[in-house]
Amino acid sequence: MLESFIVPLLAATVQSGTPILYATLGEILTEKGGVLNLGVEGMMSMAAFAAFFVTMTTGNPWFGFIAGGIAGVFMAALHGLVCITCLGNQVVSGLALTILGVGLCNFLGTPYIGTATEGFDKFSFPVLSAIPYIGDIFFRQDALVYVSYLIPVLFMFFINRTSLGLAITAVGEKPAAAAAVGLKAVRLRWIALLGGGFLIGLGGSYLSLAYTHLWANGLSGGRGWIAVALVIFAFWRPGRAVFGAYLFGGVMAFQLRLQAVGTHIPSSLLLMLPYSLTILVLIFSAMRGRSGNAPAHLGINIEPEG
Amino acid sequence: MLGYRLQKRDEPWNWGVPIVIVGALVLSFGISALLLELQGKSAVQGLLVLWQGSFGASWALEDALLKSIPIFLCALGVATAFRMQVWNIGAEGQFALGAIGATWAALTFPDLPGIVLMPLMFICAAIFGAFWAYIPAILRLKLQVNEIISTLMLNYIAILLLEYLVFGAWKDPASFGFPVTPEFTPGAIIGQIGDSRLHWGFAVCVGSGIAMWAFMRFTRLGFEIKVAGEGERIAMYSRLPYGMLTILVMAISGALAGWAGCIEASATINRLQPSIMVGYGYTAIVVAWLARLHPLYIGISAYLLAALRVGVENMQLELQTPASFGSIMEGLILMSVLAGQMFVTYKIVKKK
Repeated sequence: MLESFIVPLLAATVQSGTPILYATLGEILTEKGGVLNLGVEGMMSMAAFAAFFVTMTTGNPWFGFIAGGIAGVFMAALHGLVCITCLGNQVVSGLALTILGVGLCNFLGTPYIGTATEGFDKFSFPVLSAIPYIGDIFFRQDALVYVSYLIPVLFMFFINRTSLGLAITAVGEKPAAAAAVGLKAVRLRWIALLGGGFLIGLGGSYLSLAYTHLWANGLSGGRGWIAVALVIFAFWRPGRAVFGAYLFGGVMAFQLRLQAVGTHIPSSLLLMLPYSLTILVLIFSAMRGRSGNAPAHLGINIEPEG
Repeated sequence: MLGYRLQKRDEPWNWGVPIVIVGALVLSFGISALLLELQGKSAVQGLLVLWQGSFGASWALEDALLKSIPIFLCALGVATAFRMQVWNIGAEGQFALGAIGATWAALTFPDLPGIVLMPLMFICAAIFGAFWAYIPAILRLKLQVNEIISTLMLNYIAILLLEYLVFGAWKDPASFGFPVTPEFTPGAIIGQIGDSRLHWGFAVCVGSGIAMWAFMRFTRLGFEIKVAGEGERIAMYSRLPYGMLTILVMAISGALAGWAGCIEASATINRLQPSIMVGYGYTAIVVAWLARLHPLYIGISAYLLAALRVGVENMQLELQTPASFGSIMEGLILMSVLAGQMFVTYKIVKKK
């Protein structure tokens, strides 16, 4: 049971959780600066396509991985143009970005449905993969999973220990006060938004380069929205985001396994699991009553003076 | 910023509104035309086919009017919630639940005469849709659960619920395994108006539109909703029942989307099947925002975006353009209008 079911399930959990992890950390960074970006679903879709396309044309999946991140930056820039520069409503702009991104991804991707590309394959990480159980679960994965282990650590260091990270947090909390001590509030918001966009894009790359090597429309399948919800569940803290991402990875992996084994439960009910869990997770975080952890100026634009 | 800065206008630039919308349309069409060229298709021909499909023939005008019925109802509901700054993104799911409710009535009492069955279907659709909107409303009030995410997740769940029913308990035994319910009996089908292809669902639109306009303008509750839209704290200071109003706008929103689902199932496809879900609930958000939440403008923008959908279908047929071309345009139009709104409140002046 342990060897044949639980260990493979946990290994699959890590794999399904990884794209959500990248996206959740990206959205935390964005929101730390005070911008609410609801376009994650569209950004991940676009990034997945960019990663697929660049890998297909260059043959090098690492180029594709970075291209996905850059696609995320471009999409985030659109949101910034509307909300930071033109002071548009952040909620509506994010929704529009999702509609646009998903549409664009399907439009550009339709001719390539079913096309295979190079991608990242699993390999045993030297030494560490020999650890019983832990090695099988965490260190027989693809390169992008190994990269994802570093990101939360770097993220925590960046936000809590560097002056840029602290400045971004200050702008999210109280832009007027940040500006008063000489910080460039608008520029810092841009940095957080674009940096977050890059991470969200990397999550999209994972979907088309490692999760599957075949192009299909609708790869994102609601993961972007789950990431937005996980930010609240994580109380804007990267450590809890890791836990949340793997929780969802686990549910998705479990549900796929049940379908593969063949149960009497109809697949449409099984597919509801992650979405229902998202609502449950939000209820749970609400009961813990930590929504006060949100950046105080989240979703509020910085109006120019005069 | 390059020697220019924004300055707040003393009065909003009212002439700016139509200019911004036209500018946004031109920009969006320009970018979409570029995308067509990118896929090796002629942009000029594409836009021509789009225009013909949208406005070029009487069938096109009729198709657009038919499609604008569900979009209008969903948008009217969404706008009521948005007016109170309650972000109901769940019209898609509430639409699905409405279709499920109406189908339940139609399949359970197939032999009732239309005059009894039809109101029953509308009541069921409204209750199911309102119930689906009540869940996020109560979660937000009691636990401060973000309604944007809960309504969105309920959309995914609603669509899966619809599939579960159509693939399972409600599947027509005579459908050769296709996931469709049996066809509705004549009493459960909304009839055409005269000889036209237009059905009586259109009258429901007109009636609800006028009713909502009058409700928001002339009743005390409508006024309270508008005040509560200024913020929860303002509502509390004005001693408004904020919680009750939230539930009310969500229920109205859900019931209207439910009616849209009922009308689509009954008048357009005469049964329930997964293909009923084509994203009207998301288009409705674009429509409501473009119309600045005003019922009359919602009518106009619902028609325009319905025409866009028909035009895109025409492009799909003639040029094999993917259907998602329509979402690209919707996203672009909404984003550029949002950005352009800046010129209504601000003007750009040279830095001194």
